[in-house]
Amino acid sequence: MSVSTVPADTSFQFSQLWRDARYRSYTIQILALVVALSVAMMLVMNAVENLKELGKDFSFSFLFEPAGYDIGQMLVEYSSASAHWKAALVGLLNTLLVAFLACVTATIIGVFVGVLRLSNNWVVSRLMAVYIEGVRNVPLLLQILAWYAVFIHVFPAPKLAVKSPVIEGAVYATNRGFYIPGLTFEGSYQVVVATLIASIIGMVVFRRWAHQRQEATGQILAVGWISLGILVLPTFLVYFASGMPIGLDYPVAGKFNLKGGVKIGTPLVALWFALSIYSAAFVAEIVRAGIMAISKGQTEAAYALGLRPRRTMSLIVLPQSLRIIIPPMISNYLNITKNSSLAIAVGYMDLTGTLGGITLNQTGREMECMLLLMATYLLISLSISAVMNAYNESVKLKGR
Amino acid sequence: MSEANFAFVATSEKPQLPPPQGTTGAVGWMRENLFSSPLNIILTLLSAYAVFSTVPGIFNWAFVNSVWNATSLDECRAMTQDGACWAVIRERYPQFLFGFYPSELYWRPILAFVLLGVALVPALWDGMPKRGAALMASMTFPFVAFWLIWGGFGLEPVSSTQLGGLLLTMIIGVSGISFSLPIGIILALSRSSNLPIVKSLAVMFIEFIRGVPLITLLFTAHVLLNYFLPKGVNFDIVLRVVIMVTLFASAYMAEVIRGGLAALPKGQYEAADALGLGYWQNMRLIILPQALKISIPGIVNTFIGLFKDTTLVLIIGLMDPLGLVAPTLADQRWNGIFVELYAFIAFMFFIFCFAMSRYSMYLERKLHTGHR
Repeated sequence: MSVSTVPADTSFQFSQLWRDARYRSYTIQILALVVALSVAMMLVMNAVENLKELGKDFSFSFLFEPAGYDIGQMLVEYSSASAHWKAALVGLLNTLLVAFLACVTATIIGVFVGVLRLSNNWVVSRLMAVYIEGVRNVPLLLQILAWYAVFIHVFPAPKLAVKSPVIEGAVYATNRGFYIPGLTFEGSYQVVVATLIASIIGMVVFRRWAHQRQEATGQILAVGWISLGILVLPTFLVYFASGMPIGLDYPVAGKFNLKGGVKIGTPLVALWFALSIYSAAFVAEIVRAGIMAISKGQTEAAYALGLRPRRTMSLIVLPQSLRIIIPPMISNYLNITKNSSLAIAVGYMDLTGTLGGITLNQTGREMECMLLLMATYLLISLSISAVMNAYNESVKLKGR
Repeated sequence: MSEANFAFVATSEKPQLPPPQGTTGAVGWMRENLFSSPLNIILTLLSAYAVFSTVPGIFNWAFVNSVWNATSLDECRAMTQDGACWAVIRERYPQFLFGFYPSELYWRPILAFVLLGVALVPALWDGMPKRGAALMASMTFPFVAFWLIWGGFGLEPVSSTQLGGLLLTMIIGVSGISFSLPIGIILALSRSSNLPIVKSLAVMFIEFIRGVPLITLLFTAHVLLNYFLPKGVNFDIVLRVVIMVTLFASAYMAEVIRGGLAALPKGQYEAADALGLGYWQNMRLIILPQALKISIPGIVNTFIGLFKDTTLVLIIGLMDPLGLVAPTLADQRWNGIFVELYAFIAFMFFIFCFAMSRYSMYLERKLHTGHR
């Protein structure tokens, strides 16, 4: 056996930068940083140079110039004389409105479909599978456009508006949209609103107290009925005591158009409809996966303890499956919000339609508009993910 | 004790009684699966009503009463009141397949489609003889397809504005799918590496892309990209869209694969280290094969999402199948025929996406080796 007689060379060699694990990580990181920075530098330099070439500056002062265009659906005061930032705000609120509506309906439909998909009734389960597969495998944009076309072609012009049959004339359906009763506020309506808010807070406090009491003593109150009472009764009493200050403003059929009420434009309805039906299929799959993930032993153990099926569901199965269901559900809500940007295809004026659409085209400030647009969406997404991470942290199984 | 003390002793096993009537066969199955409780009975009746009130109608509309030979919607309506007017598809299917590609050159995209099928065989069929060489040959497909579709080098050049229909969908979809997987793997590895700078770069990229809607990225590609490129450099619009769609999908892909990487037990990493494998050997031989296997459903879902998202290019004015609906409706003869058009396009996308999801299920079953 021969022993190497060459003494180990301990001095630093250049090749150690990528051969030696001690230095290699620094080499790779510095290289990555240099590449990333130089790409970023190049992009910025090019942008600066190209903007100068075109004689454009980089400023957000256009936001305070009058927008000069009208928006069909709005939640805050807006006219074509308002500034561009106001138009963007209307757009943002419209985005949030349709996203909120779609999240609520998609959740309701999706939970139903998901539970029915798991039903041991063969016909129902097959039917739900057909719905889920059919909706998930067709592009959302196509569904939005198709629903929009359906709503436009099925309902008549405002002159021949379809009246709701149940409460005659409370709801009108036309090809421009739906007209529903609006709320009118007069007199001391603030008292009623304040009572409602107070009862909601009261209900939450009561539920928390009832839960703690159950944990401590094992006694269970009729939480559902009592909280319903807390929610409804005081508001009801105050409403009549203060002389019914909140009324309904019914839409009235005019000669060519409808007056009064609240108009929900066809673009909003079509978008809402399509987003709900599309996302409900995803919600259904999430719910199904969540319920299936809870092992049967949990249910059987709960029965062995003498719990009834309803309590087993609410105390044993649901709390565990919610831990699995909620994170993908929240990222699904995030997807709904991002998908609502497809509104531009049916002319619903959301953030993309105002800031990234008409404002961009009118002012020619592509760079500023796109930056603002992306930053806003990014802000919404990051805040939703922050909520999700906080939730995940709070329900994480401890000590696993 | 003798047998005589007992009144009766069974000396042979009695034949088993048949199960009670009504618990087996069609009747039993129906009682258990359709009519087990009042709620179930109501649900069954409701769904049966829903099926019988819609399916025959749709069937009649689509097949029995449909019209295939007509030159305008009015002509169709004259022939049948409640049937589909597929004549529009018959007249315009070349457009829905190839957009405004010159009709005398249709053989080129068709050849590219066929070659795509050939190139996919070694990727999908793992028992193929000489698979390695075949895979290498498949690698040349993108270049051949590019040459066939856009022309040049001896073929008549075709400009991107003439591309459209399913051809455009396939160009964006296939290149997005084939490039987003490797980029996604690299991003996922960067994000789960322990090099802080590489990791934070990957996090920034992934979170940015996942935080904005695809449509803003497409707008950027459409109106903004020229600002960021050196003067005189100009990308083709289809190429820009492909780049953006690929980047978008690879951020989602990275998260899916990161999930797979995180799901592997730590022992796998430690065992690979203990064997003395380097980082890349470690990843290539031990970690990635397992992590990718776990993430197959997510990967295919991302593919399906990407394929569906290709329709968004209509918003920046490209003529994918959905984008061709408006020009068709603008034609006097076909004004108002939207149901047939949307149904046809939906069916087309459904076929592709459903096939992908079934293939992923098959792959999952095949690779399921008992342990995860």
